[in-house]
Amino acid sequence: MTAVPLRRRRAPSLPVAWRRPAALAGALVLLAWVVVALIVPLLPLEDPLRQSVGAAFQAPSAAHLFGTDQLGRDVLSRTLWGVRSSLPLAVALVAGSLVIGSVLGALAGYLGGVVDEVIMRVADLVFAFPTIILAMVVAAALGPSLVNAVIALLIVSWPNYARVMRALVLGARGQEYVIAGRLLGAGPLTSLRRDVLPNVSAPMLVLAMLDFGNQILLLAGLSFLGLGAVPPTPEWGSMVADGVVQFSSWWLATFPGLAIFSVVVAFNLIGDSLRDALDPRTAGAVQGSSI
Amino acid sequence: MTARLQVEAATVTYRQPGRGVLTAVDGVDLRVEPGEVVGLVGESGCGKSTLARAACGLEPLAGGRILLDGEPVQRLGLRAREVRLRRIQMVFQNPYASLNPRRRVGAQIEDGRRVAAGAPAPVGELLESVGLDAAAASRYPHEFSGGQRQRVAIARAMATRPDLLIGDEPIASLDASLQARVAALMRRVALENGASLLFISHDLAVVRAIADRIAVMQSGRIVEQGPAEQVWAAPQHPYTRRLLAAIPVADGLGRLPAV
Repeated sequence: MTAVPLRRRRAPSLPVAWRRPAALAGALVLLAWVVVALIVPLLPLEDPLRQSVGAAFQAPSAAHLFGTDQLGRDVLSRTLWGVRSSLPLAVALVAGSLVIGSVLGALAGYLGGVVDEVIMRVADLVFAFPTIILAMVVAAALGPSLVNAVIALLIVSWPNYARVMRALVLGARGQEYVIAGRLLGAGPLTSLRRDVLPNVSAPMLVLAMLDFGNQILLLAGLSFLGLGAVPPTPEWGSMVADGVVQFSSWWLATFPGLAIFSVVVAFNLIGDSLRDALDPRTAGAVQGSSI
Repeated sequence: MTARLQVEAATVTYRQPGRGVLTAVDGVDLRVEPGEVVGLVGESGCGKSTLARAACGLEPLAGGRILLDGEPVQRLGLRAREVRLRRIQMVFQNPYASLNPRRRVGAQIEDGRRVAAGAPAPVGELLESVGLDAAAASRYPHEFSGGQRQRVAIARAMATRPDLLIGDEPIASLDASLQARVAALMRRVALENGASLLFISHDLAVVRAIADRIAVMQSGRIVEQGPAEQVWAAPQHPYTRRLLAAIPVADGLGRLPAV
């Protein structure tokens, strides 16, 4: 046996994920939306709030590429402005439930006992109701606004993360390297931070990416039901809601619907690729990651 | 004189749902003196690993007690290990599971140095003492082979300057060609650092080469113990004789060991 390590090879890592065409496509779509969100005030668009009742329900034309809605507002402008409320809120929502769920799940899994019981029974309580119904109840109680919709969705979303995190931590804390760390004197928090969490973060990240689509749809759903964005704020969910009651004007629901669709697909593509790239069993299939 | 490790009538039981209680370790007495290497042998499932874990405080005792330098070894619960008990260190069976895959091995050895009693050797020196390159500190565990990882695990345990090193089948998952070398390495680094070594293995031939005393375990009990040469040359218990007869002889005849 030589004293020199025989192999030098990288662990599956995030940059590898971007070599997948699907992940790249998803990232480009998201990047495009971020750019739109940043420069939309500079674009030569009509004011998304400007009404002209005389020009209501106009089909897409050269003047209004996406047509106009029931109040004569430009749908193209409203769709592009809508990314400013939909995307940041979805990011805040997923980040929030990821953090809350991870912390609670990690504590439940690592500490066990009463802490585990209390946290997981509260999670069960949330699981016992259909997600959208519970979110509606909470949002209705808080009053309609986008921030309240996000709070409502945080309350119904964290248990998913907590449950997965708890299972991951339960599996990891019996690992020999965790026990070895404890024998070296690591307390529970050091052990969690140093030995447990870094080794379970990859699946949590994938879960969050795949959850983005869900959360955008839920947020749109609450807005659709009138519990999220307050008119006249341009928001995709409420735009779709306005559109579906006007069957003859197909463009009202179609364009914001396509916007939601593009973001959801983009996040799912990234999430899928991330999962494959971080899973050692499929990591070898990544192009260019030859060992 | 108090023993470094004293196991008195230790009993460890597991409750098996629907099948009653399994007694893995059944009233075992065992002493490890300062600077002594004790080999604990027995077949799979005889309770030797459970006994090792109990000696570390990783298993709750159903009866008896375990003392380190005359003071009881408490069970490792949720709290941080008390300083006194950090002088017991363990080298685990599976070198692929005993190192954190996300941290450089140097940082993991550093964790050991930080809790050392007295002045610990530098990381590079520790790596060299187990036959690795000092530059290996900046590498991740997956860049090492199984035998090299086990050396890293030994270096991490020794970084704490322990009084008692426990090897829980540390050579079981290594190539046959490496087993004797890693076992000898554990004896050497333990004794050089003034630590006692409790070495658990199912391989009596390897244990004989490194142990001062051998204890033979069967079905949760210690059936025979004594100086290594005595157990090897004049086994008293029939089970020990069977273990000895099961060691293959490299005589070129291709015979299987007698059973």
